[in-house]
Amino acid sequence: MADLYFTEEHEWLLVDGNSAKIGITAYAAEQLGDIVFVELPDAGRTVKPQDEVAVVESVKTASEILAPVSGEITGNNGALDDAPETVNDDAMGQGWFFTMKLSNKDELSALMDQAAYDAFVKEL
Amino acid sequence: MTQTDLQTTPLGSLMKQLGGKMVPFAGYEMPVQFEPGVRREHLWTRQSCGLFDVSHMGQARLRGDDPSLALEQLVPGNMQGIPANTQRYTLLLNEDGGIIDDLMVSRPDEDGLMLVVNAAAKEKDYARISSGLAGLAILEPLEDRALIAVQGPKTAEIFAKFMPAACDMVFMQCGHFSLFGHDVIASRSGYTGEDGFEISLPAAHAEEIVHKILDDDRVQPIGLGARDSLRLEVGLCLSGHDFTESQTPIGAGLAWAVPKIRRKQANFPGAAKVLQELEASPSERRVGICPLGKAPAREGTEIAFAGEIIGRVTSGGFGPTFGGPISMGYVRSDLAKTGTELDLMIRGKAHPARVTAMPFVQQNYYRGIGV
Repeated sequence: MADLYFTEEHEWLLVDGNSAKIGITAYAAEQLGDIVFVELPDAGRTVKPQDEVAVVESVKTASEILAPVSGEITGNNGALDDAPETVNDDAMGQGWFFTMKLSNKDELSALMDQAAYDAFVKEL
Repeated sequence: MTQTDLQTTPLGSLMKQLGGKMVPFAGYEMPVQFEPGVRREHLWTRQSCGLFDVSHMGQARLRGDDPSLALEQLVPGNMQGIPANTQRYTLLLNEDGGIIDDLMVSRPDEDGLMLVVNAAAKEKDYARISSGLAGLAILEPLEDRALIAVQGPKTAEIFAKFMPAACDMVFMQCGHFSLFGHDVIASRSGYTGEDGFEISLPAAHAEEIVHKILDDDRVQPIGLGARDSLRLEVGLCLSGHDFTESQTPIGAGLAWAVPKIRRKQANFPGAAKVLQELEASPSERRVGICPLGKAPAREGTEIAFAGEIIGRVTSGGFGPTFGGPISMGYVRSDLAKTGTELDLMIRGKAHPARVTAMPFVQQNYYRGIGV
């Protein structure tokens, strides 16, 4: 059973055991506007929270994506190279960014669930 | 500058009502985009007609005994040679030939010259112009006018019913016209590469006029975001970015704005330096640059050749009509040739790119039937 978590930086993590798939939320994609390029991290890189791991370029601006938790990058969504607009079309699905192996699952307790994130966005 | 210091234009509240996302720009609260977003607004302008509030720009009159001769003390353009009902692009230079700002100068009537300067440089320009007119003219800023641009391939067919006489003008002509019963000054020009008009309106009637134009559903309001990507695609400079006082017209690729007659007279500010750079070569030149990959290189990105930093990007982003990333910037003169392969240092990593002829997207000005 996979669990969905959210960060205040508008990333989502779909966690299944020790693995997580990570992307940005539909809210974030909408705020960024038309996405034209995504720079993704390579597999094998070890990251800790707040490390810059990816960059999203929209027509408007470049935005850094921070690692939400500690672990190792295990793969990335190469399909975004040719179709970065997928992030706007399906941020929570086909528009995922990268996968990670988590090194400290306790960090998840600091993140939000769907209800908490929805409330968080409502306040913005 | 704090939020409360921001000025608003005569069209500001209408822009907000129309869904404009307002941001501070050059001391004004301006719409950066509307509901469709930058990319769609950009494409709309290239396909139909976009309406821009550019009232933040400075409009002024130069009146007096000899406004043209007066202005020639400050710019390298042939101001005395501007025919009636014509507009010219020129450059305000400092004593070293550095570019303070670019401006439009026109002769729409017998009332001296009309100037339009950039919002961000307004105060600096007015001070420089006022102090350099040699007693031949007086600068009078027009505070009671709004300015709009209507741009795109359908502009002329739309305005054929609003302002038919204006549609007889060709690119860079100007004059007085009646628009919904109000006297306006229109020029067939703009800063998007498309056919269209820039129209100076009495501020008191600006909202009413713009409402009526927007009643035609081929016209949509467009924000500053798309204005920037539109002008970048056609290789037009953003003042204070794509040139500053550190560049002369030659390095900035604007030698065409220094006509023969003024080169011969050599009596504009910084003439010695400008003419010397024409003869020899400036140390760096403004060029178009296409990244070979998909990552856009934005303003400030360093440009390298064989591992050495030889320039920097001054404007860059994604060109919605071009369909990929585009930049312009300055490179060492010996590397300015079209086709030269360079590296863009995006976030510390070298991304291959090529010097590319501008415009990136073909301009679509109206120069007359059959032209």
